[in-house]
Amino acid sequence: MEVATASAKTFDIGQQSPLSRFVLGLADDALVLSHRLSQWCSKAPYLEEDIALSNVALDYIGRARMFYQYAAIIEDKGRNEDDLAYLRDERQYTNLLIHELPKGDFAFTMVRQFLVDVFYNMYLEQLLASTDETIAAIAAKAVKETRYHLKRSEPWITQLSQGTDESRQRILCALDELKDFTGELFEMLEWEAQLVEAGIAVDRSSLQAPWDAYVQKFLAVSEIDYQDSKLQIRGGRNGIHTEHLGQMLCEMQYLQRSYPNMNW
Amino acid sequence: MTNTTEQLTTVIPTLHPVYAQRVSVRNNADCGELWQILDAVCDPELPGLTLWDLGVLQDIQQTDNLITVVITPTYSGCPAVDAMREDAIKALNKAGYAKVAVTVVLVPAWNTDMISPAGKQQLKALHIAPPSNEGKVDCPVCHSADTQVLSEFGSTACKAMYRCNKCMEVFDYFKKL
Repeated sequence: MEVATASAKTFDIGQQSPLSRFVLGLADDALVLSHRLSQWCSKAPYLEEDIALSNVALDYIGRARMFYQYAAIIEDKGRNEDDLAYLRDERQYTNLLIHELPKGDFAFTMVRQFLVDVFYNMYLEQLLASTDETIAAIAAKAVKETRYHLKRSEPWITQLSQGTDESRQRILCALDELKDFTGELFEMLEWEAQLVEAGIAVDRSSLQAPWDAYVQKFLAVSEIDYQDSKLQIRGGRNGIHTEHLGQMLCEMQYLQRSYPNMNW
Repeated sequence: MTNTTEQLTTVIPTLHPVYAQRVSVRNNADCGELWQILDAVCDPELPGLTLWDLGVLQDIQQTDNLITVVITPTYSGCPAVDAMREDAIKALNKAGYAKVAVTVVLVPAWNTDMISPAGKQQLKALHIAPPSNEGKVDCPVCHSADTQVLSEFGSTACKAMYRCNKCMEVFDYFKKL
């Protein structure tokens, strides 16, 4: 019996073309975050918030589907969007780690959302100019939704950090945990840099300074001094994950794993 | 006095250029009857609001024996797209067109300016406040401008939840996008 090893699967990622890795990475980012958000369904603090978080999750599922559909076309191996989402293992997932962290408490979910919302507002805005027409078209749909998300996550950060001692403490704890994972958002890998030169991708590293400035200024209003952590945990784009992704995929992929080729 | 203001705003009908562009595509199409057949197909969640009025229906192309219907989805995760696709095919099949394909395109990206004036009226009739370019949301029941947002999201991705402070009605607002 042949057993696939982790290193063999990691190698699989390296075998893909830069464009394939790029689109798949963006798809994984969206799907994994979407799943984390959807875990609030029926568990949010109150009904309206429940609906709102589920709708944000839906926007991210839509974004993931568009990227997966395109990724399937690019790799041209006969896999469809569902195969990519449900039949790849942890080591083949290449999402950035911040998306996969467990949903935590409500403060944690909203702080993560705020941090990535600010990032995606800047990132997608630039991705609109991609020379790849499909990527630019997906960015055009996603950027409008992401602007709306930020409009909703910002007031929550303000409200919670200026609310009770308890709510402020939870915001601070969430920031403390998340700041180790924000650096990866701005990390450029070699293959991605090649795509930047071709005008397809966005230079993530150029967004670090404006992102820092925006986040610091916003949080300063609530008298929070935000500094990036010197310790940065990374590895997502190479299939190296926190312990949490495997557990999440176990749950998310359960049906397809137990009943292969199951359809609605 | 308020009546005069209301009349003034309705006296000058203006077509948004984005909608006007869609009208021009429809009017210049050489398969007008197909557009009319699809006028019977509505959004599954918004009774009476046709795919045309919603702005989802972008184009219809007819070659020898194949009809291609081009639609652009509202929100990227909107699950209604599948129902719209099936309903459009069903309507054309019923009218005697056997081979129908539906293409979902991302360009042009859907936005609320694509909604027809009739579509906005239909939204109001459903007690949903239509998207506003000026950012003011009037109560679709008593028309008061004194409204407040309850939640940035409503029953579907395209809506937000509002309350009228005058008649206290809780209503959906079709978000401007």
